[in-house]
Amino acid sequence: MPREMNLDKSKMVVVEGSYAVAHAVKACRPNVISAYPITPQTHIVEDLSQFMADGEIPNCEYINVESEFSALSALVGASAAGARCYSATTSQGLELMHEVLFNVSGMRLPVVMTIVNRAVSAPISIWNDHQDTISQRDTGWIQLYAENIQEVSDMTAQAYRISEDRDILMPSMTCMDGFILSHVYEPVVLLEQDLTDGFLPAYEPEHVLDPKNPLTFGAFADPNYYTEFRYLQEQAMQRALKKIEDVANEFYDIYGRYYGGLIDEYRTDDAEIIIMAMGSVVGTIKDVIDKLRDRNVKAGLLKIRSFRPFPAEAIKNVIRDAKVVVVLDKNITLGLNEGALFTETKSTLYNTDVRVPIIGYMLGHGGRDIRIETIERVIDEATEVMKTGIRIESQFTDLREELL
Amino acid sequence: MKSLLASGHRGCAGCCDAMAAKFTLMGAGEDCIVVNPTGCLEVMTTPFPETAWEVPWIHSLFENAAAVGSGIEAALKALGRKGNTKVVVMGGDGATLDIGMRSISGVFERGHDITYVCIDNEAYMNTGVQRSGATPFNASTTTSPAGKVSFGNPRPKKNMPAIMVAHGSPYVATTSLGYPKDMINKVKKATEIEGPAYIHCHAPCTTGWGFDTSKTVEVAKMAVQTGLWPLYEVEEGKVTSVRKLGKAKKPVEEYLKMQRRFKHLFTMEGGAEEIAKIQAIADKNIEEFGL
Amino acid sequence: MKILPGGICDAGTTRVNKTGGWRTFKPVYDYDKCIKCKLCELLCPDSAVHPRDDGYFEFDYDFCKGCGICANECPKSAITMVLEEK
Repeated sequence: MPREMNLDKSKMVVVEGSYAVAHAVKACRPNVISAYPITPQTHIVEDLSQFMADGEIPNCEYINVESEFSALSALVGASAAGARCYSATTSQGLELMHEVLFNVSGMRLPVVMTIVNRAVSAPISIWNDHQDTISQRDTGWIQLYAENIQEVSDMTAQAYRISEDRDILMPSMTCMDGFILSHVYEPVVLLEQDLTDGFLPAYEPEHVLDPKNPLTFGAFADPNYYTEFRYLQEQAMQRALKKIEDVANEFYDIYGRYYGGLIDEYRTDDAEIIIMAMGSVVGTIKDVIDKLRDRNVKAGLLKIRSFRPFPAEAIKNVIRDAKVVVVLDKNITLGLNEGALFTETKSTLYNTDVRVPIIGYMLGHGGRDIRIETIERVIDEATEVMKTGIRIESQFTDLREELL
Repeated sequence: MKSLLASGHRGCAGCCDAMAAKFTLMGAGEDCIVVNPTGCLEVMTTPFPETAWEVPWIHSLFENAAAVGSGIEAALKALGRKGNTKVVVMGGDGATLDIGMRSISGVFERGHDITYVCIDNEAYMNTGVQRSGATPFNASTTTSPAGKVSFGNPRPKKNMPAIMVAHGSPYVATTSLGYPKDMINKVKKATEIEGPAYIHCHAPCTTGWGFDTSKTVEVAKMAVQTGLWPLYEVEEGKVTSVRKLGKAKKPVEEYLKMQRRFKHLFTMEGGAEEIAKIQAIADKNIEEFGL
Repeated sequence: MKILPGGICDAGTTRVNKTGGWRTFKPVYDYDKCIKCKLCELLCPDSAVHPRDDGYFEFDYDFCKGCGICANECPKSAITMVLEEK
């Protein structure tokens, strides 16, 4: 349910997105931070390093590892030993972590990472899209996508609450768009230490590596057991659907700030055209919707905060009465010619009574700007679909035809 | 002394890994946390829901055990639980010299207080005896087989202890399953020294090397006695002890003929010249360390 | 048994797996020759040699895999490997 945001202007400061995240991490009182620098994540780890150098994060060790692979590997050990753990990375670094991602979630270690979304090589690109995290969607990590700096900062505390819950015990990625959010200065309320101490209790896992109670972590499972490990992970993901909502509501009660739970909606009540998207582009879309509403175009926005677990029910309930749905993806599944949000939204509707036409656009790859005109154009095309039906189901947009 | 590795594990009869793990735990004591990379030792000791370990133990992946250990050490410090608890990583030669090299290098450069024990059986035994960077010159493995135009592995072992010395480790030592007390003492010393310590244990594998299950210790001793596996300690970059061979010194043939993996050297034309090259490796060790 | 999150296991639980069945030859002590040097106990890869109250040792045939290292290394040849009769 949409809620009134109570941003306390007197508490707002103008900071860089990366600083807001680093500050939020500090407020969550991590015990072990382990990270490797990579653009555009660097400012987060630099700010955390400065906090460490200034003695501002008590009971914490910062490990300057030699690779992203070791960054997350060190957190496997640290988390199993009972530490609240944090890392941040992006793109190539996240892809290098791929093997460890499965390991962390399989071992049910509630690590939280900020992913500063960036395109993947080749060709190498330091700019934003969502291919890095989307490519990790099957690794068993909760994936939350933020619209703005305030949201990603606050999402850090939410992610720890969700991941560390004993009913969940699954790691989380909080995803923020590279440069667009990481390097921009905006007024924000920095995550309040006093409120966070109440919202996020100390991490006290039931089982830890401790000579006083020698347990084995990471045994191998033969075919008699392996399936049940996966089943239990999926059950935890299903429970996380509710937990993400609960935590967002509880966060609102304590901090007065709300960005949606699994999803958020903007002017969808009577919308004929609903645009679905994740991340910072959501802000642009809201502006376009406001403009079009003045011209009596009944457009609305469905923002996806949680891509994993996938909020199939929530999506279905929002789009069921729309006349057309437009899905924007900053990623592509090569060989399918579709973005992941588009494919998954369609698939969750197949065996239901919801029969709304859905079209998909792949855009914003490798940092290409998504301009207001582009959003207006896809909405125009969606209007056509309402009249004529789908002609092109999924396509790139903003292609530079002269280069092809 | 109580064994902290329980019976019932699935190691082969005469398993070198089980012995090495047992000796390591005797040296480290109960107040330790063990990390294992993927490998024989990990697989044979922890078939879910069982474990042979009587100390806290974790396995994550093949190439990251040292990093996992560094995270445990950092967590214990951050949580105020470090005390005398030792973090001990035990990895095979593949996990140490090959795929885990970066992770180990990082941990030693950062100076974490851990002890890394490489249990070197000179090939990837868990997957069926494929060559690793620790496979010795002319050993026949399944990916460096002897054949009509090959004497087996064409390269000498990577000198991992020297690499660890170069990292500025306060304590680097070699040891051997042939000398259990030497190993236990060195592990004890390594765990008591502050900072990253490295122990490289030569561990003959009955299955991979091709000798009778009863000969694990005997083969290990012979490697030392030929000079192919010198036992020494390096503290703060200086060699501080060497096990002298004296009259016990044996020609390398004595060692090679005990093992199936070197059998071709005694049957192939030109084998004698190849054995001479292996003798030269031993002679170089004998000279370098004054064995 | 229920799988704990991540599959955590309790210590020393491989003891349910009696590996003695793997054996072809079994070690037998000649206590007249034994000097209680403890080498057999130290070397056993299967922790299947246990001390007795009188300072001698005994084999735990539930777990001994019959590798023969103890017999091979015994300085007094006090251990003999005999064919297992099944």
